[in-house]
Amino acid sequence: MSDVASGGAVRPKTAGGGSGFKNFLRATEIDTRMLGMVGALLVIWVGFHILSGGTFLTPRNLWNLSVQTASVGVMATGMVLVIVTRNIDLSVGSVLGVTGMIMAIAQTTWFTPMFGFDNPMVWIATIGLGLLSGLAIGGLQGFVIAYMGVPSFIVTLGGLLVWRGAAWWVASGRTIPITDDTFKILGGGSDGSIGATWSWVIAIVAIAFLALAAVNARRQRKRFHFPVKPMWAEYLTFALSAGAVVVATLIVNAYLLPGPLAARYAQANGIAVPEGGLAISFGYAVPVLLFIGVGIVMTFVARRTRFGRYVFAIGGNPEAAELAGINTKRVTMMVFALMGMLAAIAAAISTARLTSATNAQGTLDELYTIAAAVIGGTSLAGGAGTIAGAMLGALVMQSLQSGMVLLGMDTPLQNIVVGAVLVVAVWLDTVYRKRAA
Amino acid sequence: MMSTTMDDIRDGGTTGHTDNIDRAGPPLVAMEDISISFGGIHAVDGASLDLYPGEVVALLGHNGAGKSTLIKILSGAYKRDSGEIMVRGERATISNPRDAKAYGIETIYQTLALADNVDAAANLFLGREIMTPFGTLDDAAMEAEARKVMGRLNPNFKRFKEPVRALSGGQRQSVAIARAILFNAKILIMDEPTAALGPQETAQVADLIKELKKEEIGIFLISHDIHDVFDLSDRVVVMKNGQVVGSAKTSDVTKDEVLGMIILGKCPAGATPGPGAMKD
Ligand SMILES: Nc1ncnc2c1ncn2[C@@H]1O[C@H](COP(=O)(O)OP(=O)(O)OP(=O)(O)O)[C@@H](O)[C@H]1O
Ligand SMILES: [Mg+2]
Repeated sequence: MSDVASGGAVRPKTAGGGSGFKNFLRATEIDTRMLGMVGALLVIWVGFHILSGGTFLTPRNLWNLSVQTASVGVMATGMVLVIVTRNIDLSVGSVLGVTGMIMAIAQTTWFTPMFGFDNPMVWIATIGLGLLSGLAIGGLQGFVIAYMGVPSFIVTLGGLLVWRGAAWWVASGRTIPITDDTFKILGGGSDGSIGATWSWVIAIVAIAFLALAAVNARRQRKRFHFPVKPMWAEYLTFALSAGAVVVATLIVNAYLLPGPLAARYAQANGIAVPEGGLAISFGYAVPVLLFIGVGIVMTFVARRTRFGRYVFAIGGNPEAAELAGINTKRVTMMVFALMGMLAAIAAAISTARLTSATNAQGTLDELYTIAAAVIGGTSLAGGAGTIAGAMLGALVMQSLQSGMVLLGMDTPLQNIVVGAVLVVAVWLDTVYRKRAA
Repeated sequence: MMSTTMDDIRDGGTTGHTDNIDRAGPPLVAMEDISISFGGIHAVDGASLDLYPGEVVALLGHNGAGKSTLIKILSGAYKRDSGEIMVRGERATISNPRDAKAYGIETIYQTLALADNVDAAANLFLGREIMTPFGTLDDAAMEAEARKVMGRLNPNFKRFKEPVRALSGGQRQSVAIARAILFNAKILIMDEPTAALGPQETAQVADLIKELKKEEIGIFLISHDIHDVFDLSDRVVVMKNGQVVGSAKTSDVTKDEVLGMIILGKCPAGATPGPGAMKD
């Protein structure tokens, strides 16, 4: 985002000056857009840190930020595919609401009596039912859009009301508490975090994976005699990404369980409490790991599968995709079904986090989700967008919101800022694309 | 109606104008009495057309004559209002592009029909991707194949990593042609395939057409370039206002006569008149 603004100012006199940096970017193959987003994120973080008198960049706040990002972030990965196919889904917040409600009610009224309290089948059945409901709702909307030819804007605008109303109707307006403790793990918290040791295990696995991916990419390119990155660029990109993993792990491990919780934890696990209290780390929260897992799977789907290729081809030229023999209607319907399922995953996370399903759950999430995807580089004209960008976009949006909460801003003012940011982000996107074209 | 046309062609054969095309068996493809209208416009009105193995049939006509619409019915892009399509003498059901491809019908569209946001290889294999044993896209293999086929058509082409949006008009056309010949087409439809090409690339397409003829592939060639048509085609079919004016062996008519058919709808002596011929 910020690269657009600065790039515009420098542009007239570049050629000599900017080309060193350009060469650097070309060699490392770092996406300027991602770089801009990371820059914007840092500006937001440092800005809020200063404005809040040093409370934003603390392990506690960053850990909370990561958990809060998970639910919208999961949906943003699906919104990318929806927007890439030149559609929109305005119903995700309401679908989140209704699937959350379905899961909570089914758990308390059916699954817990059926399987017994805290039986593992309870959370499995709850999540299974939630995913199926999301899939069915999304698939239904997708069917109306693809096969009946009603524009997605209208179908999902209707869905926004229909599913919100359905959530209210299912529970007659009540708030339904969640009872299963295993299910609650999905929401994070002290029981829903994996602790310091496992966090390091995951960090090491992730770094090993990054190294392997880099080596594999290089080998593939060599095999087919395609140009390869210079060695220094390979090392630098690896060092940067591995460094990010290490820093993130240090941060989540620096967030310690508060005294009473730590004592309870020690008691429950039979650990003797030493002098001066226990230092027990939260580590990565389960919803955050789930979010990253969803991101990896969705990136794979978008880039390495036939379905993903078709999604992008349809976005680039729907007529050409049809003439190439792609069943564009089926693909469109599948995109919406997938979106519905992701909304259900987000619902599981947010219901578990709030330990109850409420009527207002997911309200305005469609706005955050669409904003995340668009800020993350998904073009509203269709055909372009990345999952990683949308994930980062979700983090940007959540940072804005948490920061404003931290500053004690009123909700209406927060809404004004978020709405304005969305419009400005889309405008910057238009400017960026004109320049890139 | 179709049978008279075919008989006439055989008659033509016996009068000495041989062109090495074996028209004894059933035609590779025959479109019989095809009609389609958009709103009130009869874009194609009772048109019939056939094609034999190894034959190049040029389809000519003024702008808006209905050429593209007729061949889009064959390629499955449009659904006809009436008429029949026969492939190798058997009735074919073609209701979408997948059906047409299953019959070995490949098409180079006038509009090229490329997905602008993905690269050449992705376009070549769109809908027919090469997969790895794990069920994922094998981009490296597809790119390697793309390099092979593009080398045959346009050896100067190097921009394999870029989305086709970034390519020149001629390069895009080369990608569209490459896509049509990549999958062992039996029937090839080329709707103004050289409109955007330079002289060298056009010559390469002409060579390609001659090669494909040898492989017994049948080709419908739509072109406004009368010289190309006379160089490459075995037969010409002229359309006007959605109807067939007439058809003739290329060797039986002159360029001026063909121009007369296109502009005036006047069918010369060497041609078989169709329903659209000017009545005098
Ligand atoms: N999708 C469509 N909707 C409405 N009318 C159409 C459509 N496609 C073609 N037509 C009309 O049908 C007629 C035939 O068009 P067609 O594209 O087949 O002409 P053509 O012979 O290919 O011309 P050209 O040489 O300009 O390519 C025209 O009058 C055109 O306006
Ligand atoms: Mg045409």
